[in-house]
Amino acid sequence: MMEPSSVSFSDILQYIIMGVQSGCIYALVAMGFNMIYNATGIINFAQGEFVVLGGLLMVSLTMTLNLPIPLSFAATTLAVTAAGVAMERFTINPVKNPTVLRLIIITIAVSIIVKGAAMGIWGKNSYFMRHFSGSEPLDFLGASLLPQTLWIVGTLVLIVAAYIYFFNHTMTGKCMRACAINRDAARLSGINDRRMVMLSFALSAGIGAIAGIIITPIIQMDYARGALLGIKGFGAAVLGGLGNSMGAIIAGILLGVLEAASAGLISSHYMDAIALFILLLVLFVRPSGIFGSSAAMRLKEF
Amino acid sequence: MKIRHVLTAMVAASALCLTSAAAVMAAEELHVGCILSITGKASWLGEPERNTVEMIAKQVNAAGGINGKKLVLHIEDDQGDNTQAVNAANKLIKKDKVCAIIGPSTSGTSMAIVPVVQAAKIPMISCAGAAVIVEPVAERKWVFKSPQKDSDCVKRIYDHLKTKKITQIGIITSTSGFGAAGRDQLKKIAAEYKMDIVADETYDPAATDMTAQLLKIKAAGAKALVNWSIEPAQSIVPQNMKQLKLAMPLYQSHGFGNLKYAAAAGDAAEGIIFPAGRLLAVDTVAANHPQKKVLAGYRDSYEKAFPKDKVSTFGGHAYDALWILVNAMKKAGNDPAKIRDEIEKTKFVGTAGVFKFSAADHCGLDKTAFELLTVKNGKFVVLK
Amino acid sequence: MNMKDYIGIGVLALIVAVMPFAVGNDYYLGVLVFTALNCLTCIGLCLLLGYAGQISLGHSAFVAIGAYASALLTTKLGWNPWAAMGAGIVISLVTAVLVGIPTLKLKGHYLAMATLGFASIVHVVLVAAVDITGGPSGVSGIPRLELFGLALDTDTRIFYFCWALVLVALYFAVNLIHSRVGRGLQAIHGSEDAASSLGVNITVDKIRIFALSAVFASVSGSLYSHYVLYIDPGPFDVMHSVLLITMVAVGGIHSIWGAVTGAVLLSLLPEGLSFLSEGLAQFNIQYKTDYDTLIYGAILLSIMLFLPEGLFDGIRRSFSFFSKTNTETERGQ
Repeated sequence: MMEPSSVSFSDILQYIIMGVQSGCIYALVAMGFNMIYNATGIINFAQGEFVVLGGLLMVSLTMTLNLPIPLSFAATTLAVTAAGVAMERFTINPVKNPTVLRLIIITIAVSIIVKGAAMGIWGKNSYFMRHFSGSEPLDFLGASLLPQTLWIVGTLVLIVAAYIYFFNHTMTGKCMRACAINRDAARLSGINDRRMVMLSFALSAGIGAIAGIIITPIIQMDYARGALLGIKGFGAAVLGGLGNSMGAIIAGILLGVLEAASAGLISSHYMDAIALFILLLVLFVRPSGIFGSSAAMRLKEF
Repeated sequence: MKIRHVLTAMVAASALCLTSAAAVMAAEELHVGCILSITGKASWLGEPERNTVEMIAKQVNAAGGINGKKLVLHIEDDQGDNTQAVNAANKLIKKDKVCAIIGPSTSGTSMAIVPVVQAAKIPMISCAGAAVIVEPVAERKWVFKSPQKDSDCVKRIYDHLKTKKITQIGIITSTSGFGAAGRDQLKKIAAEYKMDIVADETYDPAATDMTAQLLKIKAAGAKALVNWSIEPAQSIVPQNMKQLKLAMPLYQSHGFGNLKYAAAAGDAAEGIIFPAGRLLAVDTVAANHPQKKVLAGYRDSYEKAFPKDKVSTFGGHAYDALWILVNAMKKAGNDPAKIRDEIEKTKFVGTAGVFKFSAADHCGLDKTAFELLTVKNGKFVVLK
Repeated sequence: MNMKDYIGIGVLALIVAVMPFAVGNDYYLGVLVFTALNCLTCIGLCLLLGYAGQISLGHSAFVAIGAYASALLTTKLGWNPWAAMGAGIVISLVTAVLVGIPTLKLKGHYLAMATLGFASIVHVVLVAAVDITGGPSGVSGIPRLELFGLALDTDTRIFYFCWALVLVALYFAVNLIHSRVGRGLQAIHGSEDAASSLGVNITVDKIRIFALSAVFASVSGSLYSHYVLYIDPGPFDVMHSVLLITMVAVGGIHSIWGAVTGAVLLSLLPEGLSFLSEGLAQFNIQYKTDYDTLIYGAILLSIMLFLPEGLFDGIRRSFSFFSKTNTETERGQ
C-alpha cells in the first residue's frame, strides 16, 4: 500500500518479541501433541481445544467470579487436566483394534464436542482478561515489552524444567519414556502402558490449559480459536520432529518469529498462511522435521 | 436386496417430508422479520438490538397492537456472518412471509442481503452505519437505514482534526463490511478537507495483534490515527498503541458506541475521540433539545427492562428502525409496497437524530446527528 | 452386483421427482438444494475416503475454489456462468494434482494435517486478498444459471437441476467402483504394498481419485454461488471440511450410499433441531442453535465408538436381520 519505509533495529526487535510471545504458545501446544503421540501414536486433533478451554475457564474465574489469579490458575489447569483424562477414558480407551482413520475421526469428534460445549457455555463472544501484572509496557533496547510476555516466557521455561526433571528423574517419567520407545518391551517389563496413555492425556491437557491461560490476556479468547492454534502447534511439532519435545520448543519459537517477521515485513493478513505454508513445505520435503532423524521416523507407524 | 433399498429410501423420504410442515398464519397478525447479530463477533450490537425490539413489540401489543392487529416479530440470529444473514432473509421472506425486515446489525450483513430484499420487494431498515447500504438510492428502492452515515462520521472527525491543525493522518480499518466502507469514505473525503493519509493499514476482524501495522504507521510519520471497525478487534488497537508508546491522538468511528468496547481496551481507551449519537451522553443534552425526551425515555425504559445492561447507540438504532416501521404500518397495514412508500415520507424524532426521509435520502440524517464523545475514567462524555 | 445400486438410483430419482409436490414451501426446497450440494461433495469424498482410504480435511478448499471461480469470473469479468463453472473445475483439478502429488505420499495423521493446512491456507487467502475476493465483505450480484434459455430462477427448478446432478454423480461413482480402477482403489485401501506389487499404480490412482473428488466439490461450490447469489469466506472454513468428513463417516465410509445417507441426514439436522426447539419452547425449555455443533460432535463420536461402519451399514444390517436374506457385503470382496 505505502512505500516500504526503512526498518529500524528496534522494529525488528519488536517483531522478534512478538514472535517469541506467540512462539512460546506454539511450543507448549506442540509439547502437548508430542506427549500423546509418544504414548499412543495418535495425533490428538482436540489439542487446540484444551488451550481454548484453559483460556475461557480462566476468564470466567478471574473476570466473572473475581477469584485471585493463582487460585484460578490452579483450578483451571486441574479442570482441563480432568477433561483430558475424561477424553482418554471415554473415547480412546474403549476402542479395540483401532484404525488410524477411526482414531483421527474420534479426536475430531471430541474437538467438535469441546468446541460446541464452549460455544454453548461462553457463547461466540471474544473474552478479554486482565494482564497478570499490569499492562504498563517495559523498555527493552528501544523496543517495548509487556509484563505478560515475561510471564509467558517464564512459564515456558518452568514447564520445560519440570518436563526435563519429570522424564529424567522420576520413575513415572522414565516409564513413560520407556513406553514411547517400545511399548511392547515396556509392558513386558511390567509397566502399565494403559495408565501411561491416560497420564499422557492428562499432562497434555494440563500443558494446553496453561498455554491458554497465559496467552488470553494478549489475544482475547473465543470458542473458535482451537483449530488454528492446533494446526500451528502441530506445525511446530512436525518442524521439530514429531515426538521430539526439545525440538518442538525451538521449532515453536522459530515459527512464531517467522510469522511475526512476515507480518511486519510482508503482510499481516497473510501471516497465518505463511506459517502453514512452511508447515506444508517441511511435511513434503523433510517429514522427519528439522531436528528429527529420519531413522527414528520410520520406526513409528502411521 | 431390493426391499432393503426401497425401505432405506423410504426412511430417507419420510425424513425429508417431516420438514415440509408449513407454518400456519393467523389472519390478525402482522409479521415482521428481524435479522440481528445476537451472537458472534458483532454480538455487542445485536444483543441490545434484540432486547430493544422485543421491548418495543411488548409495548406495541400491550397498547392494542397496530390498528388492533398483533405485531409478531420473527427474530433470526445471523451470528455476524454474511451467509447466515442471506439464509435468514430467505427464510423470513419465503417461510415466515414477513412484510418488512429490521436489520441486519452490521454493514457487511446488510450489504449481503440488499440484493435479496430488492428482488423480493420487501422493505428493510438496516441498523448498520455504512452509507453505501442506501446509496445510490436508485438501486436501493427497498432499503433504508436508521444509524447516522459513515460519511458524516468522517466529516466530523476531519472537522475536529482541522481545529487541532493536524493534516497528516494514518488510518487503520478492519476488512469487514463496515471497515471497508469506512476506509473508502476516509479516502474519498480526505481531499475535500485537505487531509494527507500517510499510512493506510487494514486488519482482519478476527486479528489479535496490530503491532506490525502500528509500527508502519509510526514510521510513516502520522500525527493522528483513525481506527475504523465494528468488531471487538478495534479495542486491540489502543492496547497495542499503549504498548508501543505511540502518543498520537486516536479517533474511532461511531462503531465504538458500546461501553464494552472501551472496557475491553481498559485504561488504554482513555482519551479516544469518536463521533456518536447523543444517546450515550443523554444527561449532557440540553432540556429543550428536540431529542431529549426520546433519548431519556428510551434509556430509562431500556435500563429498567434490562438492569444488567447499559444503554448503547446500537439498541437505539433498532429503536428508531422499529418505530419508523410501526408508524408506517399504522398507515399501510401489511402491504410491503405501501409500507415502503410510507417510510419514504417519514419524519421522526429518534435516538440517532431527527429523521427526514425522502425519495433521495433513505437515511434521513445529516452530520449534526453526531456529537463528539471521548472516554474519561471509563465513561463516555461529550468532548469539550 | 450393480443391479441394486441402479435400483437405488431409480428410487432416489422417483423421490426427487415427487418431492417439490410434497414440500409446499420454497424455504424447505432451498434446504434440500443445500442437501444436494453436500451430497455431491460427499460422493466424491467417499470415493477418496472409503474406496481409496485417503483422508482429506481439505475439501472445503475445493468447494471454495468452485464457488469463487464462479462468483468472480461472472461478476468481475462477465463470463458465462457455465464457462466460469468449467474454469472452476479446471482450477480445482490443477490444484488437486499439484497439492496431491506431494500430499498423497503422506499417510494417516500427516495426510490429515497436510490437507487441513491446505484448506486453512485457502481460507486465509480468501479473507486476506481483499482486492480480488472482496475479503470478509464477499462477492454479491452473482447471476443465476440458465439452462437452454430457461433461467434456473425458482427453487423448484434449481432443486431438480441439483438433484439431477447428484443422480448423475451417483451413477458415475457406482460405475467407477465396479470398474478396474475401482477395484484397484479398494486394493490400495486394503494394503498399499500389496496393491503396488500386483501392478496397481497407486500414486497415479490416488491422485486421480483426489482430483475427481475435488471436481465434485468444485461443481458443488459453483452451484452454491449461483443459488445463494452471494458468497463470502464464512461457509468455506476448515469447519466445513470437518462437517463433510462427518457426513461421510456418519453415513458409513465404505459405501457411496452411506455418504448420501450421511449428507442427507446431517444437512437436514439443523431443520430437525429447529423443529425440536419450537417443540421444547412450549415446555419453556430454551434450545439455542448454538447447541447444534455439540450435537454434531456427539453423533459423530457415538457412531465412531459404536457403529464404526456407519449408520447406513447399521440400517442395512438391521433390515437383513429382519428379512433374513443373504448377508454378503456391498463391496463384494
